[in-house]
Amino acid sequence: MKIEYVGLSEINGPLLVLDGVRGVAYDEMAEIVLDSGEHRYGRVTQIDGERAVIQVFEGTKGISLENCHTRFSGHPMELALSHEMLGRVFDGAGRPVDGLGNLYPDEKRDINGSAINPVSRQYPRSCIYTGISAIDGMSTLIRGQKLPIFSGSGLRHNELAAQIVRQAKVADDDSDFAIVFAAMGVKNDTADFFRKNFEESGALQRVVMFLNLASDPIIERILTPRCALTAAEYLAFKHGYHVLVIMTDITSYCEAVREFSSSKGEIPSRKGYPSYLYSDLASIYERAGMIHGLKGSVTQVPILTMPNDDINHPIPDLTGYITEGQIVLDRDLDQRGVYPPITVLPSLSRLMKDGIGEGFTREDHPALSNQLFAAYSKVQDARSLASVIGEDELSDTDKKYMEFGRLFEKYFIQQSQFENRTIDQTLDLGWQLLSVLPRDELDRIDDDMLSKYYRPGAISSLAEKDSKGAI
Amino acid sequence: MGDSYYIHGINGPVVTVHGGRGLSVMDMVHVGNLGLIGEVVSVRSGETTVQVYEETAGLLPGEPVTSTGAPMSILLGPGLLNNIFDGIARPLRAIEKKSGNFIARGINLAALDIEKRWDVKMTIKPGDTLSPGAVFAETQETPAILHRSMVPPNISGTVKSVLPDGSYTVTDTLAVLETVNGQTFELKLAHEWPIRRARPVVNRLPIDRPLITGQRIIDTLFPIAKGGCAAIPGPFGAGKTVTQHQLAKWSDADIIVYLGCGERGNEMTQVLEEFGELIDPRTKQPLLNRTVLIANTSNMPVAAREASIYTGMTIAEYYRDMGYHVAIMADSTSRWAEALREISGRLEEMPAEEGFPAYLPSRLAEFYERAGYMETLSGTEGSVTVIGAVSPQGGDFSEPVTQNTKRFVRCFWALDRALAYARHYPAINWTTSYSEYTDDLSAWYEKRFGTKFAQLRTRMTNLLHEETQLLEIVKLIGSDMLPEDQKLTIEAARIIRLGFLQQNSFHDTDTYVPIEKQIKMMDVMMYFYDKAQELVSRNIPISQLRESGIADALIRIKYDVPNDNIDLIDSYFGKIDDAVDAVLAKN
Repeated sequence: MKIEYVGLSEINGPLLVLDGVRGVAYDEMAEIVLDSGEHRYGRVTQIDGERAVIQVFEGTKGISLENCHTRFSGHPMELALSHEMLGRVFDGAGRPVDGLGNLYPDEKRDINGSAINPVSRQYPRSCIYTGISAIDGMSTLIRGQKLPIFSGSGLRHNELAAQIVRQAKVADDDSDFAIVFAAMGVKNDTADFFRKNFEESGALQRVVMFLNLASDPIIERILTPRCALTAAEYLAFKHGYHVLVIMTDITSYCEAVREFSSSKGEIPSRKGYPSYLYSDLASIYERAGMIHGLKGSVTQVPILTMPNDDINHPIPDLTGYITEGQIVLDRDLDQRGVYPPITVLPSLSRLMKDGIGEGFTREDHPALSNQLFAAYSKVQDARSLASVIGEDELSDTDKKYMEFGRLFEKYFIQQSQFENRTIDQTLDLGWQLLSVLPRDELDRIDDDMLSKYYRPGAISSLAEKDSKGAI
Repeated sequence: MGDSYYIHGINGPVVTVHGGRGLSVMDMVHVGNLGLIGEVVSVRSGETTVQVYEETAGLLPGEPVTSTGAPMSILLGPGLLNNIFDGIARPLRAIEKKSGNFIARGINLAALDIEKRWDVKMTIKPGDTLSPGAVFAETQETPAILHRSMVPPNISGTVKSVLPDGSYTVTDTLAVLETVNGQTFELKLAHEWPIRRARPVVNRLPIDRPLITGQRIIDTLFPIAKGGCAAIPGPFGAGKTVTQHQLAKWSDADIIVYLGCGERGNEMTQVLEEFGELIDPRTKQPLLNRTVLIANTSNMPVAAREASIYTGMTIAEYYRDMGYHVAIMADSTSRWAEALREISGRLEEMPAEEGFPAYLPSRLAEFYERAGYMETLSGTEGSVTVIGAVSPQGGDFSEPVTQNTKRFVRCFWALDRALAYARHYPAINWTTSYSEYTDDLSAWYEKRFGTKFAQLRTRMTNLLHEETQLLEIVKLIGSDMLPEDQKLTIEAARIIRLGFLQQNSFHDTDTYVPIEKQIKMMDVMMYFYDKAQELVSRNIPISQLRESGIADALIRIKYDVPNDNIDLIDSYFGKIDDAVDAVLAKN
C-alpha cells in the first residue's frame, strides 16, 4: 500500500515542496498525478525532517498547491534495459518515443551508476582508427577513452562526429560495435541530421538514441547523459559491445545544471555555475573505460560548444581537467574552408602515448607526431613574425616553415567528409610534409628513424599536385 | 552512552542528525542501516551535521546513526605498501573481491589485511622501558622496505611480557606494556591514528639536502629539499600528471605516497600497472614495493576526497616516524579545495573568494606544514616532502587555490600551456618558476660538486634570461637582424632548451638522469657558448657553425650518452674545439 499525498506546500521553479512526509528516501522517484489525469515524474533532492523537496522532470507548469497527488515509488530513478534497445529512440528520461511501445526489460538499473573500482579498470591501449589524419596521426582516439570535441557554434562538429561514427574501427578486432547517442538541448534539425546519417551509413540498427531537444524540460536534460551511459554500460559490460557514446551538447547540459541549481537557491561559483559542476561532470565522464576480464568498452566523444570560443570558460575548462585530452576546432581554419577544422596544437590525446608505436600502429608514429607538433608550433611563430615584418623578410628556415604550415593544413588536416585514410596513408603523408624542412630542423626524431623514413624531396609529388591544383 | 541518534535531513553528502545529547565534533559515525561512514562537522543543541563519505541515495529519515566515539582514524601497520586505498583508507583490492567491478556502499573494511601473517622480529625484552614512538618489532614489509613497528605516540611504559619472534597478524598482541599510571597496554603490529592530527615528533630539523629527482630542470634549476613543499600548477594538458608520475618513479625518497585526489580513474590504473613493472634503480625492486596509492577518483564521493589528503599525510608521517624519507604526490590539491567548497556550500557557510570558504588558506597551511625534516620519536631522522599539483581554472594563476598555495610552498614549478603546445616537456616555465630552497641546499651541492655547480647554474639561468629578452625583439624584427653575439646567445639557449631543459619521459635513457650527468651536460653546453665566442670576436657568422652539426650532437647527448658511462661527455669538448677550429680555418 502506497501513501498518496494530496496537495503541496510550495512550488518554486521546477521544485515542489511537500510537508508531513514520512518514510521517503533521498533520491527516490516520485510520481505526481494532476487532476487533469496527467502524470509527471520527479525525484527527491532534499529531505529535512518531514519536509521533502522534489524536482519535477517535466516542469511545474500547470501545477497548483491543490490540484495534484504525489506518490513515492520507493526506489531511485531506474532505467529499463534490454538488448532490444539497439535501434530504438528514447526521450531524455529514457521513455520510448518512436511509437514502438515499451521495452520488455531484461533488468533495471539505477541511472546514477556506481564508480568503477580503479583496481578493476583495465588501462586502455587499443586505438580506434577514425580515418581522419588530424585525429589518427596527432590525437589518437583509444578504446575506453573520453575524448571531447571542443567546438564553437557554427563549426562543423556534427559532421565530424558523424564521420567518426561512420568510419571508426578497431584494427585487430571485429567484435560488436554499438553507438549510444545522447542529444541534450539540441535543435530538432541536429537530431535529424544524426538520425539521417546513421540511417545512410546503415548504422541505425546499432544505435540507441536518447533525445532531449532544445524545447524539452531541463530536468530531463540532466537525466539524459545518465540514461545514455547506463544503457552504454549495460551493452558494454553485459553484452560485450564496444560502445561509442556521442553526447551533444555538454554546454546545454551544464546550463541546465546551472538553471536547476539557481532555482534551488544554491550559492553560485564561477559564472553562476554551481560549485559541484566538476563533480557532476566527472560523474558522467568517468563512466568511460574498460574492465579487467570483461569484453566490452565504453568510449565517450562528448561535444561541447565553447561559449564565445573561449577555452577558459568553466565548461571546457572543467571538462578538460576530467577528460583524457580534447580535440579543439578552430574558427580561423573553418573560415579558410579547412574541414575538419581541427587545430592540432591545443588538441591532445592523453592515452595516445600508450596506444601507438611499435606493436600498435607503426614504430615511427610517436616520433613523427611529436615532430609534426613541434614543427607546426614553429609555423605559428613564423606566421606571427611574418605579420610584422612581411613574409619576404623572413629567414630561409622560417620561409620553409611557412611553406610547411600551408601544406600541412592543406593536405594533412584537410580531407573530405567521406575520405577514410588508413593509418599508413596518414603517417606517410606526415613524412612527405616533413621533407619540406631541412633534416637538421627535425630534432624530435632520432637518427635511425630519420634514415629510414626521411626522404628529402618526397614533397615533390604533393607539390606537383599542388601546382596543378593552383591552375 | 545510551543516546540514540537518527537521521533528520539529507542534502547530498550532508546529513543532519537529531536525538541524543549531541555528538562531538570530528567523531566518526556510521549512518543509516547500511552503516555509511561519516564524520561530524558541526554540532548545535539537538542537531548534529555529518558529512558522509559515501553516496547518500536511498537514506531515509529516521534511520539510526551510531558513533564510534573516536575521531576519524585509520589503521597503520605493515601491508600499506604495494596497496591501493580509497580516500578513507579502505583497501580497493579487497573491496573488488567483495563487491565486484563497481564500488558498492557500506563496506567497512580495515586498511590492512587482518588475516595475513607477517614474520616479526621482536627488538625488546621484558623490563625494557619504552618511550612513545619507540620501535619494538621489525617486519620485512616488502623486499625493499623494513617495517618498524612503533609504540603509539601517546603511550609509554615498561615491558611486562613479550612474545618470541614468529609469524603474527596485525591484530595479535605481541607485547604488554605497563604504563606509568599502572594500566596495561597491548602492543600490536598496527595501531590507529586520527587522520586530521599530525603525528608528534621530537624536533623539526633544518632543511639541507635535496630530493634528487633525475629531472634536469628540477634538480638543477629549481631543486626541492627533502622535507620541503612544492606546487606544480598548470592548465589541463600541460603535463602535471606526467611530471608527478616522473617524480614518483625516480625521486630518491624511500617511500612514495601517491594521492589521486579527484582525478581520472584510468590514471590510477596506469600508475598501478606501470609501477608494478618499473624497477627502482636503487633497490632493484618494482616501484610498487615502495609505494602507497590512494585513489579517490573524481566520480567517487566528494567528502572522501576532502579526507583523502589527510589519509595520505598520516600514512606518510607514519613511515617518516620509522626513519624514512617519504614524498607525497598530491594530484590535485585543487580538487581537494573544490571538495571543501562543495561541502561548505551544502553547509550553507558564508563563502569568501570565488565561493571557496574563508578557511581555505588555514586548511592549506595545516596540510603543507605537516611536511618537514624531523627528528622522530623513534630517535631517527625522517622527512615528508609534499609535491602538490594545482589545477587552476582556465590556467589562471591568480585564482585563490594557486595564490594561497604559493604562500605555503617554497618551490613553484609553473607549467606553461605554450610550452606544452610545442610539446616541450616537462613544460616547466623557467621564467615564472622559482625555488627558495636553492640557498638552503647550496652547501650540500658545494660539498659534492664544488663551486662549479652553482657557477654553471647561474650562468645558464642568465643565458636563458637573456634569450627571453632577445626573443621579444626577434618577434618584432626577425632573428636575421640581430648582431652575431646575440645570435650566439639564441643558439646556445636553443641547445640548452632542447638538449637540457627538454626531457623525454618515454625514453629509456632520458627518463632519469643522474645529477653527475646533468652537471657534465651543463658544463659542455656552456663550453660551447664560451668557445663559439671566438667566432663572434672575429665577426664570423654563427650560422657557419651550424653546418658542422655540433649543435645537434650536443642536443642529442641526452640520448647518445648512456647514464652509466657519463665520461663519454668529455669527448664532446674536443668535438666543439674541432668544429669551431674548422670554421676558423675556413675564414
